[in-house]
Amino acid sequence: MSWQIITQSLPIFLKAFELTLWLSAVGIICSIIVGILCSLVQYFKVPVLHQIITAYVELARNTPLLIQLFFLYYAFPVIGLKMSAQVCGIIGLVFLGGAYMAEGFTGGFAGVNSSQIDDGKALGMNNLQLARYVVFPQGFALSMPALTANVIFLIKETSIFSVIAIPELTNTALDLIGMYYRSNEYLLVLVIAYAIILIPVILLLNYLERKVRYGTFGD
Amino acid sequence: MAHSAINVFFAGNNFSRILQGLWTSVWIAGASLIIGLILGTLLGILRTLPNKIIRFILRLYLEFFRIVPTIVLLFLFYYILPRTFHINWPASWMAVLAFSLWVAAEFGDIVRGALESVPLVQKESGLALGLSRVQLLRYVLLPQAVQLELPATINLATRVIKTTSLLMMISIMDVVAIGQQIIEANNQKYPTAVFWIYGLIFFLYFIIDYPLSKWSKQLAAKQNR
Repeated sequence: MSWQIITQSLPIFLKAFELTLWLSAVGIICSIIVGILCSLVQYFKVPVLHQIITAYVELARNTPLLIQLFFLYYAFPVIGLKMSAQVCGIIGLVFLGGAYMAEGFTGGFAGVNSSQIDDGKALGMNNLQLARYVVFPQGFALSMPALTANVIFLIKETSIFSVIAIPELTNTALDLIGMYYRSNEYLLVLVIAYAIILIPVILLLNYLERKVRYGTFGD
Repeated sequence: MAHSAINVFFAGNNFSRILQGLWTSVWIAGASLIIGLILGTLLGILRTLPNKIIRFILRLYLEFFRIVPTIVLLFLFYYILPRTFHINWPASWMAVLAFSLWVAAEFGDIVRGALESVPLVQKESGLALGLSRVQLLRYVLLPQAVQLELPATINLATRVIKTTSLLMMISIMDVVAIGQQIIEANNQKYPTAVFWIYGLIFFLYFIIDYPLSKWSKQLAAKQNR
């Protein structure tokens, strides 16, 4: 283990660190948007779209991200759809993440106590009002644990971007190991880099989860 | 050309090679799950003990596996074991070791959660009957915990199966690596082979994982009722 090797590699790792953060942030935000849209379709059981989204969620959740990325990056150019590695990475991550988020939000909406809905109906609310004022606010609070798990999962999944040569953290570490053969040093920096990203995220999300728990009633 | 590219599956011994690759992925997933579940049960039981030091160490162990992405975990074992500890195992054994420890960490947490959610009255009744700690665990807590933890365990299995797609990163000839070789070898004759091969692998993973995740969801729904 040599400190010099580590300090020399830090500027390169810093760039990769920024890229991992940036790809994770874009991927997670887009996944949440896709997830919310899909879960709304599922909640209101919009005909046709409902079935399409069920199929999408099952396909995305039951196949590995690596194969999804290979498909986007290597197979799509054959049919004339060529995208840069980073665009493929983000599309792949959102394809996967959107499905996980949709599943989480749908589960949250389904978890809202049925007495709440009955009470809403007794107050004379129509379906839209029920959704807007009763089901969604509580449903989102209930889906916080799933959201937390998904955010952590998606950040970790960006490591798979290394297979399509996006210079994020894992890819950078592998490149450096290939060039200089100092695996212990670079792997140590890599693990610490993920810890620096994930520990604050985990603590923040756990805090939010506890705060939001007050948003549910009826138990 | 699309009608002819599908022939890439049957050219030479391509199809049997893909099945061979699939078998590599399957046995690694299977072995890791078996070892991981046994080890995880022990870890889960240890985590319910009142000893603070054991609980703290096991908690650290779990958090390590939660933070490090699986692909990085594979590389940790692949590089550090031979170079630092001079353990020269085949890559597939290293993968089994890495996956087993990961499964043990996650399953330990599932077991702990299940053991803790067995109603307290069950434990007290067992003690009142004069059961020893081991008997209590064996006849009262574990049987009930197994049922509670089944959906999460099946979920974990689907994740392990999906994660086997990373095996080619440490030069194991899994289904993805063999698919890549076939694509490269047939690039001239079948330019769209890439679509069919990755399509087939995508489908193979789906038909293994989809029934499992469906089963897990049904079990969970039954428990919540």
